[in-house]
Amino acid sequence: MTDITRRQLLQGAAVAGVAAATAAPATAEASAESEARGRQPGDIGLLYDSTLCIGCRACVTKCKQANELPVDALTINGAPYDAPDDLNATTKTVIQVATQGDRFAFMKRQCMQCLDPACVSACMIKAYQKGPGGVITYDQSRCLGDRYCQIACPFNVPKFQWSKAIPIMVKCEMCRHRKEGCACSEVCPRQAVISGKVTDLMAEARRRQAASPGKYLARIYGETEAGGTQCLYLTAADVPFETLGLPKLDTTPQPHLSTSVQHGLYNKMIAPVALYAAIGFAVWKNTRGGKDEEKKP
Amino acid sequence: MSHATATPVGGKLTTPFFNLMALVALVGAAALVVRFGQGLGAASGMTDGYAWGIWIALDVVVGTALGCGGYAMALLVYVANRGKYHPLVRPALLTGALGYSFAALSIVVDVGRYWGMWKIPTYVSWWNFDSALLEVALCVMTYVMVIWIEFSPSVLERWRSSGTPGQRTFAESAGPKLDKALPWIIALGILLPTMHQSSLGTVMMLPYSKMHPLWFSPLLPLLFLVNCLFLGYAAVIGETTVSTNGFGRRSDTRLLGSLAPVMGWLILFFLVLRFGNLVLRGSLPAAFVANKYAAWFWLENLLLLVPGIVLLGKNARERASTQFGAAFAIMAGGVLYRFNTYILAYDPGPGWSYFPSVLEILVTAGFVAMQVMIYLFVVRRFPVLPSATPAPSR
Repeated sequence: MTDITRRQLLQGAAVAGVAAATAAPATAEASAESEARGRQPGDIGLLYDSTLCIGCRACVTKCKQANELPVDALTINGAPYDAPDDLNATTKTVIQVATQGDRFAFMKRQCMQCLDPACVSACMIKAYQKGPGGVITYDQSRCLGDRYCQIACPFNVPKFQWSKAIPIMVKCEMCRHRKEGCACSEVCPRQAVISGKVTDLMAEARRRQAASPGKYLARIYGETEAGGTQCLYLTAADVPFETLGLPKLDTTPQPHLSTSVQHGLYNKMIAPVALYAAIGFAVWKNTRGGKDEEKKP
Repeated sequence: MSHATATPVGGKLTTPFFNLMALVALVGAAALVVRFGQGLGAASGMTDGYAWGIWIALDVVVGTALGCGGYAMALLVYVANRGKYHPLVRPALLTGALGYSFAALSIVVDVGRYWGMWKIPTYVSWWNFDSALLEVALCVMTYVMVIWIEFSPSVLERWRSSGTPGQRTFAESAGPKLDKALPWIIALGILLPTMHQSSLGTVMMLPYSKMHPLWFSPLLPLLFLVNCLFLGYAAVIGETTVSTNGFGRRSDTRLLGSLAPVMGWLILFFLVLRFGNLVLRGSLPAAFVANKYAAWFWLENLLLLVPGIVLLGKNARERASTQFGAAFAIMAGGVLYRFNTYILAYDPGPGWSYFPSVLEILVTAGFVAMQVMIYLFVVRRFPVLPSATPAPSR
């Protein structure tokens, strides 16, 4: 995972702005266009507390049940287990274990429900959208399977059905098809994963941190990462989030830079139309009646 | 817009080389049966970590850039009004039309739900203007049509002179209309590559947190645009040299040589942009670490810098071998830059790796072979290649 700071990005963007301005005058307005969505009062999400998780994987099994996903069978010493090792085409949430010396910590993975999602920005015809509660919904009738969402997602969440001739993408949609809501949090015996409004989850995370001084790392992952996510993480004081496998990201929403460029260059299609007119005029002038053509040896 | 100097090469089509290409194409087509029958996993080395492989990075990202000869030559002839390059336009348009058509075909193979692709140009209300990939898709779809129309005068010319009565009537009625519209079609043929070639750079700005700092740059769109221009010129020199030698036609060394400074300056501009931005962002130290990234980085840049300087010297304008060698190195360096931006520089995190599967390589090889076959067919039957270019006079 490469580490690009916000400052580096902004410096770079300034240079890009100067350079692109020569080609398209609209770039100057770029940054104003791509406003971050920010947090909405109705947003829902998950809070995962690594210090409480006992790795029972009830959430993984319940998720498969609720989403009608097949098992990911793994045979160990002749005995078959449903044991997905990562998110995949049959697994929308997974429990992994992170080791650090002789210590270990559990880690739950699923879609982070970014406030400004890279997948939504990437998708050509909006198969992904921010839906009710800020949940990123997936519409397979629009999906073309080009997998740019997979390239774009900083958390490597969307998964593709590689083994199918008629494939779709697979990712957590917060059980939006269930009126009871999230299945994973419903079965957790330790409240290691809870679901609800993000404002409540944030308050609960802070309450837990305050109630056990020294137990937790004094940060909430997802509060600001990649512009903020709706799924939040707590970890033990001596287990950094990176050890759990969460990427180190700055506060810039992942799509910020590329949408600035896109909106800058294609703002109301002014630059392309102007460029077309200019090229068209030049070509017309230079080919007029074939007079100027081949005038030189 | 008549090219009096272009004539069909003629001769027998099914040479041993042509038959070999046909075999490679057949094997590639057979590999497609696995891809469409059993899905992308069975046919490719792609994974959830490396969701794009050579079908995108080579066939599309590199293939379209090598097909930018038509775009690059049109800029010179029609915008900069350098009419002397006219003989080079038709072959460049043909390779461009082939490169883009097969890039489009590769997308159909690569995309998981290919049967829905008609929705992209149809459902305008679904368009996501944040997506650089949408811009690429719409632009490439349009450009494939535009570039074949740009090439069509060669076909009409042949039909007018020696077609069936029906072809002659069609050519005689369509020709004048086409001549009238052609300036605006040519202009579109310059605008569209400017748009989608830069967007191919923007595409890899979105996953910036997964990109190696030596390839990520906020200037990616501009770098990709300049890159496709000098790749286009290099492809024209390479293709012209190979085809004129192959068909025993005389190559106009001086005319090709006059492209040298254009390419040289474009390459220097590219390198100044790339290094300047790395210095500004403080990422250049990554180039002085002993790892594969630094090695590839220097290889890419040296393959551009050395021929770039050579092309600015006097020797390049006189000697065909120097031109060809430089063009070859530039193609290698420019292609590596594009490929590495999409594959090497992209790091989804620990535990993932990518190497193309045998079937993946066979499909790509098959598509290249098909392009060679169509190229040979067209230049033998239609007036594309300059016939006997006059010897350089002093």
